[in-house]
Amino acid sequence: MSAREAIDWPADIHAALQAATVRQIAYVPDAGHARLIKLCAADPAMRMVPLTTEEEGIGLAAGAWLGGERAVLLMQSSGVGNCINTLGMVEACRFPLLMLVTMRGEFGEFNPWQVPMGRAAPAVLEAAQVAVHRASEASAVGAIVAGAARLAFSGYQAVAVLLSQQLIGAKSFAK
Amino acid sequence: MSRANALDRRAVVRTLLQERGELLVVAGLGAPAWDATAAGDHPLTFPLWGAMGSAAMIGLGLAIAQPARPVLVLTGDGEQLMGLGSLATIGVQRPSNLAVVVLDNEHYGETGMQPTATAAGIDLAAVAAACGFAQSETIRDMAGVEALRPQLQARQGPLFAEIKIAANSPPLALPPRDGGLLKIRFRAALLGPAAALA
Repeated sequence: MSAREAIDWPADIHAALQAATVRQIAYVPDAGHARLIKLCAADPAMRMVPLTTEEEGIGLAAGAWLGGERAVLLMQSSGVGNCINTLGMVEACRFPLLMLVTMRGEFGEFNPWQVPMGRAAPAVLEAAQVAVHRASEASAVGAIVAGAARLAFSGYQAVAVLLSQQLIGAKSFAK
Repeated sequence: MSRANALDRRAVVRTLLQERGELLVVAGLGAPAWDATAAGDHPLTFPLWGAMGSAAMIGLGLAIAQPARPVLVLTGDGEQLMGLGSLATIGVQRPSNLAVVVLDNEHYGETGMQPTATAAGIDLAAVAAACGFAQSETIRDMAGVEALRPQLQARQGPLFAEIKIAANSPPLALPPRDGGLLKIRFRAALLGPAAALA
């Protein structure tokens, strides 16, 4: 087992969300989020909210904050584009928002249809006034998510953590 | 579909919001937000000036966070059509304290009264029923609106109602536009002064 595999970074994310008292877990699934989704679903303090499309999670997070709870939005990079107009509300109202984005379309990508949105994701998020942090090393993921949660919920910012394809491992249809 | 007997939107919303008690309200982009304001600007009404398609999801996040309070999403047919998938998302969660009420004039009222999908017969109440809402109905008279009002407080949902209203544009009654103000006053009214320190 390599050093990278030895670090259970999805468990570190779950611990960071737990420490930040995140209650509502909005998600469109991605293979890269599969373990985190399982960990959150097994946590009685967390409510799982599967979405039909990513921008629903921005509405959910806004409503949660109005009601005194914190939410997180899990998605793949292909979902970033779906969020753009709704991110306008986050900026206009200064809602906290924490997005954890598993990357496709970069290191080792085999599907050309994933490349354009994946490549555009950081610039598109920044254009929509979202602070973008990238996590590429397994050992750093927990601290990056904890810092992003603090910036979001205490600093009242929209923050995205991009979990790089190098971290997750490139998807392949084994042949 | 004959619209001769369609209801007056301001009368509908005034009726739904009278004696609102513990009700938390999300008012969707456009005329529903103006209707809610005409019935009385209120710190526990969150009116939307954008984010079209998001009203029902904001209501869901709020309803999950505040299970003891009834939550009303008051929105339009165009706004709900843009967030049609949210009805499925709500159907999975089934929050008993959430009501989604669509004021259906079958038109995009803010952009020149172009017909929406409901004008072609797309049945939002049937969609909500298919998505597992505990209760879903189409209302065409004020007696139905009067009967709906206590159900908004009953927390036996999720409840969906599509109210057929006339396609007209009453005088503007605009809520504050500053989203920061709308957010802060809502949280302060709901959560108390501690909300500002969260």
